[in-house]
Amino acid sequence: MAEFRHKHIIALRDLSKEDIELLIATAESMREINNRDIKKVPTLRGKTIINLFYEASTRTRTSFEIAGKRLSADTVNITTASSSATKGETLADTALNLLAMKPDIIVMRHSVSGSHYFLANKINCSIINAGDGAHEHPSQGLLDMLTMKDRFGRLDGLKVAIVGDITHSRVARSNIQGLTKLGSQVFLAGPPTMMPPGVERLGDVTVCATMNEALQDADVVMMLRIQQERQGKTLMPNAREYSRYFGLNPNNIKLAKPNAMVMHPGPINRGVEMSSSMVDGDQSWILKQVENGVAVRMSMLYHVCGGELE
Amino acid sequence: MAYDHTVLMDGAGIKRALTRIAHEVLERNKGVTDIVLIGIRSGGAFIADGIAQQISVIEGGTVPVGAVDITLYRDDCSGQLPHQAVGRTDIPFSLEGKKVILVDDVLYTGRTIRAAMDALMDFGRPQSIQLAVLIDRGHRELPIRADFVGRNVPTSHKENVQVVFDGLNQPIEVVLEK
Repeated sequence: MAEFRHKHIIALRDLSKEDIELLIATAESMREINNRDIKKVPTLRGKTIINLFYEASTRTRTSFEIAGKRLSADTVNITTASSSATKGETLADTALNLLAMKPDIIVMRHSVSGSHYFLANKINCSIINAGDGAHEHPSQGLLDMLTMKDRFGRLDGLKVAIVGDITHSRVARSNIQGLTKLGSQVFLAGPPTMMPPGVERLGDVTVCATMNEALQDADVVMMLRIQQERQGKTLMPNAREYSRYFGLNPNNIKLAKPNAMVMHPGPINRGVEMSSSMVDGDQSWILKQVENGVAVRMSMLYHVCGGELE
Repeated sequence: MAYDHTVLMDGAGIKRALTRIAHEVLERNKGVTDIVLIGIRSGGAFIADGIAQQISVIEGGTVPVGAVDITLYRDDCSGQLPHQAVGRTDIPFSLEGKKVILVDDVLYTGRTIRAAMDALMDFGRPQSIQLAVLIDRGHRELPIRADFVGRNVPTSHKENVQVVFDGLNQPIEVVLEK
C-alpha cells in the first residue's frame, strides 16, 4: 500500500508521482468530513500547528487553519504585522523560539524563495510550505490538480494552459511540477517580460508565443493574478493593455475545448486577467478550488505527521 | 506454499452463515424498521452488502447500507509509522434514532470496533449499535463482544485469519494462516 515518507512538504519538485497521487487520494477521502454535521475527526488530537505567515493571505491561511481544526489539532496563527519580525527578529530566531514551544508542524509563507529549506535544516518539526517567493505553492498545486481530477477523472493527457505572469508565479511552478509528473501537457503564455527563460526544462512544457496558441483545444485554462506587489512598473505598460493581450474573455475562451474548465488561484483582479463574466460563468471552477483547498491541506497535515525524518 | 494454510470456511459456508446472521438480525429487531447496516472498510463493507442482500431476500425491500473507514479514528495514529491512505467513509443518511448493525469480517482485539463506534457517533445518535462479524477469533483487548457471529475460531496471536474476496468483492473463503 502506498505510504508517504516525507517529513516536510516544501515543493512538489521533491515529491514523486506516487506521493502526489497519495496526497490527492487522501484528500478525496477526507472531503466527506467537510460535509458532515460534525466536521471533526480525532486524528491529530494533541498536535500543535503554527501558521507563520510573513505575507498577506486570506484563503491559504484560513484554509490551513480550518484543515488543522477539522483534524482536531490545535492551530495558532502568527502574522508578521503582529509578530516580533517587525521588531527586527530574524527568521531563524523566530523559528527557534517557536520551536521551544514544541509545535509538531509549522506552516509558513515567506517572501524569500527557498526559506523553508533554510528552516528545515535548523529545526526538527515538520514544515509545510504555504508559498515561498516565486518558488512553489504546493498546496495550491495539489488542490488545482484535485479540482481537475474532479472534472475529468484523470490528469494524464490533459492539456492545461497557464496564462499570465509566470516569472513571479509560485502557483505556476507548483502546477508545472505536479502536472507534468502526472502526465498532463502544460502550455504557457504571458508577456515576454513575465516568462522565465528555460522554463521548458521543467518537463512537458511548451511556451506559446500568443495566448490564443495556448488556449487552442485546452481542457483547462488557468489564469494567474497580475502580482502588482512583486513587479516594478517596467513589466507591462498598463492593466488595460495587458487585459487586451492576455485577459480571458467570452471570445477567446471559444478556442479552448467546449466546456473547458476555467481556474484562478485568487485573489482575482476582475477585468484585468479575466472578465467578470468568466469569473462568475458556468465554466468557472474557482470556488470549487477553494472548497478543495481544505481537504488537500488536511491530507498534507495528516501525511507529514506520519512522515519520517528525511 | 511456505506457510501452513487451512481453509476454515468455503463460499457456500460463508453464505449460510450470512443467511443465519440476517435471520438473527431480523428476529432480534422484529423486522427491518429503522435498521441500517454499516460495514467497516474494506472487508466488513463487503460482508455488510452480503447480509443486506440476504435480509432483502427474506423480508423484501432494501435496508440502507453504508461504509465507514476507521483510519482517521485509529488509536495508533500518532506513532512515527508512515500514515496509510485513507479510505472513503460513505454514510449518505442520518444515523439519528437508527438501529445500527456494525459489520466487520474478523473480530480480534476490538480496537477497530472502538474506532468505528467513535466514527458512527459523529453521524448522529443511533438508538443502538449491534455488532455482526463473520469470524470471531478471540483475544479481545477492549470490553467489546459481538451480537451476531458467523463462526467462533480459537486462534493464537501468531496466526492470521483472512477472509478472501473475489474480483466482485464476494467472499469466497476464510483461511487460517500459521
